[in-house]
Amino acid sequence: MMANLDKSYSSVLSLLLIVTLGIPLCNLLFPADSALHFSAYSVSLIGKYLCFALLGLSLDMVWGYAGILVLGQGAFFALGGYAMGMYLMRQIGSRGVYGDALLPDFMVFLNWKQLPWYWHGFEHFGFALLMVVLVPGVLAFVFGWLAFRSRVTGVYLSIITQALTYALLLAFFRNEMGFGGNNGLTDFKDILGFNIQSEAVRSVLLLASGASLIAALLLCRWIVNSKLGRVVTAIRDQESRVRFLGYRVELFKLWVFVFSAMLAGVAGALYVPQVGIINPSEFSPLNSLEIVIWVAVGGRGTLYGAIIGAVLVNYAKTVLTGLMPEIWLFSLGAVFVLVTLLLPDGIVGLLKRQRQTLAAKTGLKTGVASA
Amino acid sequence: MPSLIFRTHLKTSPTRFKSTPFRLANSGVFKRLPRFIFSLMLAVSLPSLAQSPSDFNQALDLLRQGSIQDREAAIEQLAIEPQSLNLLQALQDGKLFELKAEAKLVIAQESNAGYQLSDALSSAALGEVDRSAVSKINLNNKLRGNLRKLIGQLQLNANDADVRLTAVKAISKEADNKVLALLRQRLSIETAPTVKQAIEQILLLQDMDSADKAVRIDAINQLKSHDSQDVVNRLQAMTEQNSDGEFQEADSDIRNLAAAALSNIQARIQAYAAIETVFFGLSLGAVLVLSAIGLAITFGVMGIINMAHGELMMLGAYSTYVMQQLLPNHLGLALIISIPVAFLVSALVGVAIERGIIRFLYGRPLETLLATFGVSLFLQQTVRSIFSPLNRSVATPSWLSGSWQINDFLSLTWNRFYILVFCLLVFTALLQILKRTKLGLEVRAVAQNRGMARAMGIPTAKVDAMTFGLGSGIAGVAGVALSQITNVGPNLGQAYIVDSFMVVVFGGVGNLFGTLVAGFTLGIANKFLEPYAGAVLAKILVLVFIILFIQKRPRGLFPQKGRAAEA
Amino acid sequence: MMPLTHSEDVVASALVSDGVDTRHGPVLYMEDVSVSFDGFKALNHLSLYINDGELRCVIGPNGAGKTTLMDVITGKTRPDSGTVFFGQTIDLLELDEPAIAQAGICRKFQKPSVFDALTVFENLELALKTDKRTWSTLFHKLNQQQRHRIHEVLTTIGLSSLINQPAGILSHGQKQWLEIGMLLMQEPKVMLVDEPIAGMTHQEIERTAELLLSLQGKHSLVVVEHDMEFVRSIARKVTVLHEGSVLTEGTMDEVQNDPRVIQVYLGG
Repeated sequence: MMANLDKSYSSVLSLLLIVTLGIPLCNLLFPADSALHFSAYSVSLIGKYLCFALLGLSLDMVWGYAGILVLGQGAFFALGGYAMGMYLMRQIGSRGVYGDALLPDFMVFLNWKQLPWYWHGFEHFGFALLMVVLVPGVLAFVFGWLAFRSRVTGVYLSIITQALTYALLLAFFRNEMGFGGNNGLTDFKDILGFNIQSEAVRSVLLLASGASLIAALLLCRWIVNSKLGRVVTAIRDQESRVRFLGYRVELFKLWVFVFSAMLAGVAGALYVPQVGIINPSEFSPLNSLEIVIWVAVGGRGTLYGAIIGAVLVNYAKTVLTGLMPEIWLFSLGAVFVLVTLLLPDGIVGLLKRQRQTLAAKTGLKTGVASA
Repeated sequence: MPSLIFRTHLKTSPTRFKSTPFRLANSGVFKRLPRFIFSLMLAVSLPSLAQSPSDFNQALDLLRQGSIQDREAAIEQLAIEPQSLNLLQALQDGKLFELKAEAKLVIAQESNAGYQLSDALSSAALGEVDRSAVSKINLNNKLRGNLRKLIGQLQLNANDADVRLTAVKAISKEADNKVLALLRQRLSIETAPTVKQAIEQILLLQDMDSADKAVRIDAINQLKSHDSQDVVNRLQAMTEQNSDGEFQEADSDIRNLAAAALSNIQARIQAYAAIETVFFGLSLGAVLVLSAIGLAITFGVMGIINMAHGELMMLGAYSTYVMQQLLPNHLGLALIISIPVAFLVSALVGVAIERGIIRFLYGRPLETLLATFGVSLFLQQTVRSIFSPLNRSVATPSWLSGSWQINDFLSLTWNRFYILVFCLLVFTALLQILKRTKLGLEVRAVAQNRGMARAMGIPTAKVDAMTFGLGSGIAGVAGVALSQITNVGPNLGQAYIVDSFMVVVFGGVGNLFGTLVAGFTLGIANKFLEPYAGAVLAKILVLVFIILFIQKRPRGLFPQKGRAAEA
Repeated sequence: MMPLTHSEDVVASALVSDGVDTRHGPVLYMEDVSVSFDGFKALNHLSLYINDGELRCVIGPNGAGKTTLMDVITGKTRPDSGTVFFGQTIDLLELDEPAIAQAGICRKFQKPSVFDALTVFENLELALKTDKRTWSTLFHKLNQQQRHRIHEVLTTIGLSSLINQPAGILSHGQKQWLEIGMLLMQEPKVMLVDEPIAGMTHQEIERTAELLLSLQGKHSLVVVEHDMEFVRSIARKVTVLHEGSVLTEGTMDEVQNDPRVIQVYLGG
C-alpha cells in the first residue's frame, strides 16, 4: 500500500517537473509558429493551474491532515495576492493614467494626497515577498490562536472561517481601505523591471509556480512524515486523546494552520502577476468552497491528490465555462454532492481501491507483503 | 373618484392601486380602506344648499372664459361648494383644461397620444383627446396663493381627520388673518387631537409675533411640548445671530426661554432618533431571526449543517414572485397565498434534499456541509436558468408601503413593522409546533436520544424528514418576507447564509429563544453602529464581534448544559 | 500501606526528582470536590486519597460519578468547588489536560481511543515521554534507547507481531492493550484506567489482571471496573461511589458485606 502511494506520488512529482521545465524550455527552443511552442494564453493558464494546485495543497495540509475544514482558505490566497499586487502597483510608478509618481491611479482618483502607511515598503520586492507570507501567517496566527485556544472545532470553526473571508470581502470592497475597492489592483506594467506581459516573463512565472509547487510538495511530504505530521493526524482522529498524551493540541493545530495560510499566500502571490489582477471577489466564500472541492475530488490527506483535484476541476471549469457557462455551476454542484456521497476518498481513493481489487484478482498480496 | 387623496397617501403605487380599488377593498384584506373611501365620498359629494346651481355654473363659465380678475371671483364662488374641491385641486396642479369643442372644464392627464380626460366635477372618464383639443386654464401667483387657502379651507371641513390635518399644514404656510380666523373657528369645533394640536401650534407660532411679551412667553412655554420641525425652525431662528452679530430676537428673556425650549425639544428629537434606530434594529433583527429560525431547527435541533438554507429562502421569495405573476391584479392576496405556497415548495425541496442526500451523511457534518453546498449551487443555477440571472421585482401591496408618521421626527415604515410582527408570529407558531404537537415531541425525542427514540417505536427516519421539511419550509416563509424588502435574485440566499449561521451560533445551538435574542441583538447592534461606521463597516464589526464572542463562549449566549452537551 | 520495598529515603529522592512530592502521604489528594451539570450533582463533596504505588479499584452503579471523577483529575472537567492536588505541591486545578498529562497522570478511556490511522508502533511513539512542543516534535528522531523502550512495551502488551499494522484493524481487546501500552510509554506516576477489560476474552482478562498487578508499586493505579470478579482478582482496596460521594472504602470482602453497598447495588 505504501509502495503504491509512493508510486503515485513520484509520478505526480515527475509530471510536475516535466511541465515546469518542459514548457519554458519548449518556448525557448522552438520558434513562435512551431507546434511545440506554447501560446501566451496556455502558458498563463498552466501557470494559473499550478498556483491553484499549490493552493489546494495548502488546504490539504490543514483539512486532510489536521482535519480542520477551512472555508476561508481563499482569504489567505487573496491576501498573498494583494501583497504581490501592491508591489506590482508600486512598480507602475508614473506610468499610470494620472501619471502620479507615488500614488496608484485609484488613490489619485479618490483625491488622496499621500500614500497610506501600509503601502510603504512595497516598492521593494523582498519586502513584498516577506509580506506575502507574513500577512496571511499573522492573520492565521491571531485567528487560529483565538479559535483553537477556545476549542472551537468542527463545523463551528468552518463557519467562522467562512465569516472571516466574508468580512474581508466586505472590507476590501470599501474604497476607504486603500486597496482599490471594487476594482482591486490591476494594470500592472512590470515585475523586477521586466515587462509583465512579455513571453519570457510569463515562462519564468510558470517556472516559479512549478518550482514552488514542487518545493512545497516535498516540504509538505516531509512534514506529514515527521512526528509532527503523525501528531496532527492523531489530532484529526482523536483530539482529546492527544491532549491526554500531553501534547498542546491547539499549538499543533495553530502550527499547521499558519503554515497552510502562508503556503496559500505564496500561491496567491504567484497567481496575481499571471492573471494581471487581484480584486475582492477572491475573498468570496464561493472561491474558498471551490478549493475544498478540488481537494475532495482529488482525495484528501494524500497531498498529490489535492494537486490532481485542483488541476482537474479547474480544467473542467475552463472547458465548461467556455462551452456553456450555465452548465458550470450545475456540474460543480453535482460534483460536490457526488464526491461526498460516492467518492469520499476522491479520485486517489478510487484508483487505490481499483488497484487493490486488481491485485486481489491476480492473486498478489498487497497489504501484508509491504509490511 | 377624487385622485388627490390617493396621491398623497399611496405615493408608491398610485397606478397599480387605481385600477382595482374596490375589488381590493371588498376582498376584506384592507381594513383601513373602506372607511377611508367612504369618508372621502362624504366629504366631496354632500350637496350644499348655500347657493343656487346657477351661481355655481356661472362661476364655472367665468373660470373658463373670464379674465384673471374674473377667475379670482369665480374661484371664491366655487370654493363655497365642497364638490369643487377636486376641480380646484386640479387647477392648482395645472391639470384643469377647457375642452374647446364642448366648452366645458375637464381634468387632463398627459398620455402618450395627448391627454386623458375626466370630468372636472364627477371625475367620470371622458376618453383621450389630441393636445390641440384642449387649452389650459392659467393662473398667476396671487391666484395660486388664494387657491391654496381656499382648498385648505374646503379640506379643513372634510370629515376625514387625515385630510383636515393635511389641510391645516398646507394653509399654515399662508397664515394671514383670514386663515387664522378660519383656524380659530375650526379649533373650537375640532375633535381629532392631532388636528387640534396642529392648529394650536399654528396659532401659538402666530402668538410668538405678538407685541405682548406675556403672550410670547406663554406661547414658547406651550410650544416646548410640540414635536414639530416648524417649531424647531422658529425657535432656532430666534436664538441665532445675523451677520452683524445682532440677535434676531432682541429681547434676551425671550431668547433664553427660546433656547431652553429648543434644547428641550432637541433632547426629545434625540430620543426619537434612538427609538427609530431601535425600531430599525428590531426590523433588521426580525429579518435575521426569520432567516435563522429555520436553521435553528435543522442545524440547532437536528445538528445538520445545511448550506442550501439560503437557497430555500430564495425559493420562497421566487414563489412570491410566481404567485404575483399568476394573480397580477391581486397583489396583496398573492402575497398572502404565497406564504403557504412558499412553505410547501421549500419544505418539499427540503425533504427531497434530506431523503436524497443528507440521510446518507448523518454523523459526518463536514461532508454534509459540502454536499448541501453543492445543492445550493444547483438550486441557484436552476433559478438562474428559469428566471434569468437578473433580479425580479416583487411588488409591495399598498397596505405594506408607506409609513406611520408619529410626528415630524419619528416615522415608522409599515413594511418593517409588519415584518417584525410576522417574525414574531412565525416564531410563536414554530414554538407551538415543537411544544404542543406530536411531531414536536418526536422531534425533541429524536434530537435528544436517537437510539432510545427508535427503540420506543418513533419512526426516526420519517421524523428526520419531517423536521428537515419543517425547517426548510420556514426558510421558504422567510423568503416571502425577504421578497418585500430586498431584491429577489439567484444570489439572495448567499447574502443571508453567513448571517443566519452567525445568529444561530451566537444564540446557542439548539436554543430557539437564543436565536430570537441573538437575531434582535445583532440587528440592533448593527443599526446603532451604522451611523458611526457606515453600513459595511458596521456589518464587519458585528461579524468580528461574533467571531471573538464564539472564541469566548463557543456554545453561544444560551448554551445547552449537561453531560449530553459535554460529549 | 506503602507496598514499596525500597527504603524510605531512596523512594523520597526518586519521587522528588520526578517533580512530585509524595513524601508526606498520598500521590492524589481530592478533598470536598463537587461538580454539577444543570443541577445534577455528578460529584457531591467527594474526598478521595490515593497513595503512592497503590492499586485502587473504584466501583459504583451507573451515574455514581466514576467517569466524572477521572475527568476532574485529568483536567477535562473543572469542579465547582474543592481541591485536587497531585503530591503535596501540584494543584491540578491550575493545570489543563496536557500539563496534567506531562506532570505524570495518564488516562485510559472507557471507549478504547487509539489512533486508527497510525500503526501500532506510531501509536506508542506518540505516547513516548519526551519533549512535546511543536518544533521539537517536527524535528524529532527516535534514539536507540527510545526504540528499545517501545519494543519493550510492545512485548509487555503482546502486540510485537502487529507492530506495523494500523491500529484500526486491531480487535477491541487489542486496542485496550495498546492503550494501556500508550499509558506505559508516558511513564506516568498515576494511571487512571477506565473499564480496562470490556470486550476482552477470558485469557485476555487474566493477562490484563497480571499486567495491572505488575504495575503497582512502580505506578499508582486507579481502576474503574464493573466486573466484580475482575475487581476481586486485583484489588487490595476498593472505593464504592454512590451519587457522587464515597459510600465506603475497604477490602473487597468488607465492601461486599456492607449493607449499604448491597442496598445500592440491589436497589431498595
